[in-house]
Amino acid sequence: MGSIALDHVNKSFGDVQVIPDITLDIKDGEFVVFVGPSGCGKSTLLRLIAGLEDTTSGHILLDGQDMTKAPPARRGLAMVFQSYALYPHMTVRDNIAFPLKMAKMPKEQIDAKVEYAARTLNLASYLDRRPRALSGGQRQRVAIGRAIVREPKAFLFDEPLSNLDAALRVNMRLEITELHQQLKTTMIYVTHDQVEAMTMADRIVVLNAGNVEQFGSPLDLYNKPANRFVAGFIGSPKMNFVDGAEAAKHQAHSIGVRPEHFTLSRTPTPGAWKGTVAVAELLGSDTFLHVNVDSFGLFTVRTGGEDTYKHGDDVYLTPEPTRIYKFGPDGKAL
Amino acid sequence: MATAQTRNLARTMMAPAVVLLFIWMIVPLVMTLWFSFQNYSLINPMMTGFAGLANYTYVISDPSFVQALINTLILVLGVLIITVIGGTFIALLLDQPIWGQGILRILVISPFFVMPPVAALIWKNGFMHADYGLISHLMRFVGLKPIDWFAQYPLLSVIIIVAWQWLPFATLILLTALQSLSEEQREAAEMDGANAVNRFWYIIMPHMSRAVTIVILIQTIFLLGIFAEIRVTTGGGPGFASTNIAFLVFRTGILSNDIGAGSAGGVVAVIIANIVAFFLMRAVGKNLDA
Repeated sequence: MGSIALDHVNKSFGDVQVIPDITLDIKDGEFVVFVGPSGCGKSTLLRLIAGLEDTTSGHILLDGQDMTKAPPARRGLAMVFQSYALYPHMTVRDNIAFPLKMAKMPKEQIDAKVEYAARTLNLASYLDRRPRALSGGQRQRVAIGRAIVREPKAFLFDEPLSNLDAALRVNMRLEITELHQQLKTTMIYVTHDQVEAMTMADRIVVLNAGNVEQFGSPLDLYNKPANRFVAGFIGSPKMNFVDGAEAAKHQAHSIGVRPEHFTLSRTPTPGAWKGTVAVAELLGSDTFLHVNVDSFGLFTVRTGGEDTYKHGDDVYLTPEPTRIYKFGPDGKAL
Repeated sequence: MATAQTRNLARTMMAPAVVLLFIWMIVPLVMTLWFSFQNYSLINPMMTGFAGLANYTYVISDPSFVQALINTLILVLGVLIITVIGGTFIALLLDQPIWGQGILRILVISPFFVMPPVAALIWKNGFMHADYGLISHLMRFVGLKPIDWFAQYPLLSVIIIVAWQWLPFATLILLTALQSLSEEQREAAEMDGANAVNRFWYIIMPHMSRAVTIVILIQTIFLLGIFAEIRVTTGGGPGFASTNIAFLVFRTGILSNDIGAGSAGGVVAVIIANIVAFFLMRAVGKNLDA
């Protein structure tokens, strides 16, 4: 069991209100990602759940039990830190065994669990090494191993992949997702990277300035963003926005079109927006065109890798009519 | 120092300082070695010439030498134990977020700025004096018989004074080490279910072991040569009860005017210091690797 509920949680550091008021319900076994720009309070929220920070007001319930005032050790949660926070003077084996040793578990049982965790995480041949003799990805796995031996109610990940290089990040992303399918334990994962959020999550919490902008499945957020912030944050490259007269044609304050929802043409098309290609980024599979659209500004457009647009070409953009997102003056989706 | 030119320049610029320091060290050392093999007593200036090992056998066979050696070890060990344990404790307290932390830290460190003879005088007359010392007043206040510290516990008194002087140093080094421990590691240990005692034992202590090693090494070097505190308070007595090797050299060479024997004692002291350093490096030096 590992359901987590936040009930009107508020957190202030002195006069600065980091989290005004959050109510969230995370189901047992769910993989939930907190995503948002840096400084949006996502790490603070995770630390509140972990018990490393005190809530200013509100309640945190684990499996229906009020744990707002409980110390971290009593909450039965495990955390993987951004810096891994391995104990440098202990071997990998001792690092993984530490929480069990603190729980005063018999030695044979500890050994068995450590062996099992090491095999699950491909660490068996590194058990007698010190953390500093390991690579970044291996350290990450040790940190995860230290978390899983405790069989916690839920795992908390605080930007665990941000210190790894790009290739390793993709690898570890898969490993963590696989681990979740294997263990079926609740996981909360904090990241600023919306790609990680989209690929890993069952449900995503988009945070902005301490407020939940939207809580839903990745495709929900992509297809039906609740507001302009979520629309701009989810999806890569970012959505293009147009205000003013063009938006008014759609009875909206502003409209948004994702880079992948344009039809391109070299010849004038009725209703299309005319622009000039500023930069073409060739990725092979795709090409991202940065197009200067007359009177709207810079647009990003995705097109097939075989298209041969280049700097200075004129291009006509037609947004797919069903894929135009409309937003009111308050930023809410219409 | 990338090129031959910068390397040569660096050597040329450093040379005067190096030569000066070398002379400063080598002249007294050679003179001490020379005197230690000479008959050279100010009481008997007519007796001169080569003495062979007579000065050395005189110093080492003297019963006070063995006592001074034991006193030296007790003094060094006693001060080390008090400063390392006490320093760790004070560092842990100072690491807590409290109001007026900055001022408190300066106050804790201030004994280190007091010169040894001054500190010894303060303790001798202000605190430990049998008649009007603060400790005697307090003991009389609670109905106990005051202690004449320097007569009854001469070596312990010296240890207390020296420990008071070196406690700030140990505290300062250990506090710095404590503050360099990453916050996430403490939090990880907390999440792993380690209570305060376990966190101290398994996380904080191993992290501080290198700093403790440095404190022990540096203090030992200075504590082997404690002199001013003994000179000002007990004068090495009663008898030889608070005489360490350094003070014995002083007593033999200056008070007894036997320069030859005093020099021999000095050479022996240098050898002892090297032996101690050797064992110390083997015992705790491995903490300094990597």
